[in-house]
Amino acid sequence: MTITSSNRRRVRDTGPSGWLAAPALVFFLVFAVVPLAGVVFLSFTSWDGLREIRLEGLASWTTVVTDPVTGNALLVTAKIMFFSFIVQAPISLMLGVFTAGGQKYRAALAVLYFLPLLLSSAAVAIAFKALLDPNFGLGPGLQVPILIQDWLGNSDLVLFVVVFVIAWQFVPFHTLIYQGGVRQIPASLYEAAEIDGAGRVRQFLNITLPQLKYTIITSSTLMVVGSLAYFDLIFVLTGGGPGYSTRLLPLHMYLTGFKANDMGAASALGVILIVIGLGLALLLQRLGGKNRNDSQLEGA
Amino acid sequence: MASTTQLPTAPEAPALPQAAPRPNSRRAGRRRPNLPGGLGGWLWLAVIVLPIYYVVITSLKNQAGFFATNPMLPPAEPTLDNYKLVLENDFARYFLNSVVVTLGTVIPSLFVSFMAAYAIVRGKGRFVSWTNNLFLLGLAIPLHATIIPIYWMITRAHLYDTLLALILPSIAFAIPVSVLILSNFMRDVPNELFESMRLDGCSDWAMLWRLALPMTKPAVITVGIYNALHVWNGFLFPLILTQSPGTRVLPLSLWTFQGEFSVNIPAVLASVVLATLPLLVLYIVARRQLISGLTAGFSK
Repeated sequence: MTITSSNRRRVRDTGPSGWLAAPALVFFLVFAVVPLAGVVFLSFTSWDGLREIRLEGLASWTTVVTDPVTGNALLVTAKIMFFSFIVQAPISLMLGVFTAGGQKYRAALAVLYFLPLLLSSAAVAIAFKALLDPNFGLGPGLQVPILIQDWLGNSDLVLFVVVFVIAWQFVPFHTLIYQGGVRQIPASLYEAAEIDGAGRVRQFLNITLPQLKYTIITSSTLMVVGSLAYFDLIFVLTGGGPGYSTRLLPLHMYLTGFKANDMGAASALGVILIVIGLGLALLLQRLGGKNRNDSQLEGA
Repeated sequence: MASTTQLPTAPEAPALPQAAPRPNSRRAGRRRPNLPGGLGGWLWLAVIVLPIYYVVITSLKNQAGFFATNPMLPPAEPTLDNYKLVLENDFARYFLNSVVVTLGTVIPSLFVSFMAAYAIVRGKGRFVSWTNNLFLLGLAIPLHATIIPIYWMITRAHLYDTLLALILPSIAFAIPVSVLILSNFMRDVPNELFESMRLDGCSDWAMLWRLALPMTKPAVITVGIYNALHVWNGFLFPLILTQSPGTRVLPLSLWTFQGEFSVNIPAVLASVVLATLPLLVLYIVARRQLISGLTAGFSK
C-alpha cells in the first residue's frame, strides 16, 4: 500500500470513538457521580440507616449547623491540615532534593525511606499506639523522661501526635514526588550556576525552588486535599478522642452516620467535606496559574 | 543568566522537547558532601526505622518478656509464638480476601481506564473532553464523603457483606488517577505511529492492544501497583460495607484483632508485621516500576 505524501495528511484520522471511554465512565457515574448527587439528596432527609428515608427539608442542615461539635470538627480539620502541611512540605522537599542526588548507598536507603508507603494506615496507627505507650513504649525504652507521656490521652498533646504520625506515613510519598521533580531539572542549569560561582544555597534558591514550582503545587494539592481523607489513621489511633480533640470532619461524619445513626446529618457533613475539598483544590490550582508549559530550558 | 565565558567543552546540543527521556541531573563537578542534607536524611531515616525496629522486636517477645524487658531491647529468647497465634486466627482467609478484592479491583479498573485514556488522548470531540474533565474533577473531590449513598446502594443491591461490595466502588474510585497517569504516558507515544497503523487499515481496537499497550506498559504496571497498594490498605470500605469474618480483609482484621487481643501487644504487632510482609516482597521486586511511575504521573 503506497501513499503519496499529499494524502498522508491525516487520512480520515478522526481519532478513535469516544465510546472506548464508556465503560470507565459508567463505573464512575454509578459509583461516584450518583453517590455525589445522593449525598446532597440525603442531606435533606432523615434516615437512620435502616428504615424508610423521609424527606425532611432543612432539618439535618439545621442540626449540623447549630451543633458546636461541627464547628469543632472544622477547627480540628483545619488544624491538622495546617500543621501536617507545615511539617510535611519542608521535610519532603528537603528529602526529595537530598535523595535525588547521587549517594553511594542510595538504593539501600531508598528501601527504608519508602517503607511507610507500604503500611496500611490501620497498621501504622496500631504500631504507634504501642510505641507511644507510657509504660511499654519508646519513652521508657530509651529512658528519656520527656518522651514518657500519656501521648494519646492528653488532649493538648494528641493533635501533635496525630500530625507526627501522618507525617511519618505520608512524607515518603511526597519525597518521591519531589525527587521526581528534582531529577527533571536540566543539569545544564546547575553547571551554568557552578561556572558563575553560585554556591549550594544560591543554587537551591535560584534554580531548584523555581524549577520545582509545579511539583510544589502538585504535592501541596495532594497534601491539603488528602488531609480531608485522613480517616482510618485517626479512627484507629484515637477514635477522635480524647473528648472531641481529634474528631476531624471525616471521622465526625462517620460517627454521626454509623454510630449515632443520623445519616441525614452525616450526609450534610459529607456535602460540607466535598465543598471544602473542591474549593481547596481549585484555589491551589489557581495559585499555580494555568500555564503549565513554561519552558524548562535556559532562563532561571 | 548564563555567562558568556568561552567554554572548553562542546556546545550543548539543542534540548529536546521535554518528554519521557529525562535529563539525568547527576550534578557534575560537585563532590562536596551535602552536610545539612545528609544530616537531615539520616535523621529522618532514624525516625522511620525506630518504630519499625520496635514493632519487629516486640512481635518476637513473649508476653512475660514484653512486660519485663526494656521495650527497646531485642528479646533474649526470640519466639514465633505470636505469629502462630495470628495465623491460627484465620489470617490466611483475610489474606485471601484481600487478594481477591485487590485483583478484582485492579484488573478491571486498569482495563477500563486504559481504554478511557486512549479515547481521551487520541479522540476528539466534546464527549471525550467532557469525560476527561469529569475524571479530573474526581481527583479534586474527597470521594469518601459519598460513603453514605454508597452504603445505601450496596444494601439495596443486596451486596452488603460481600467482597463485591468492596470491589465495585473501589474500581470507580481508582479510575480518575489511573486515567490521569495513563493518559500522561499515552501522550508520549508519537502520533506518526498511530497514523501509520491507521493507514495500514488497523482498527482502534487493534491499535489499542498492539501499539498503545506495549508502548505504555511501564505505566500500566505502575498504575496497577499504585492502585493495588491503595486497595490492599483500604480501611473505610471494609469497615462500612462488610461485617462478618468471612468477608474480612487484612487492614480490618488488624483492627478487630487489636480489639480482641488488646493486652497482648506482641501478638498485635505480629499481625502488623505479617500483614505488611506480602507488600514488602512486592515492593522489593517492583520498586523501580512503582517509584518511576508515581513520579512520572505526578510531576509532569
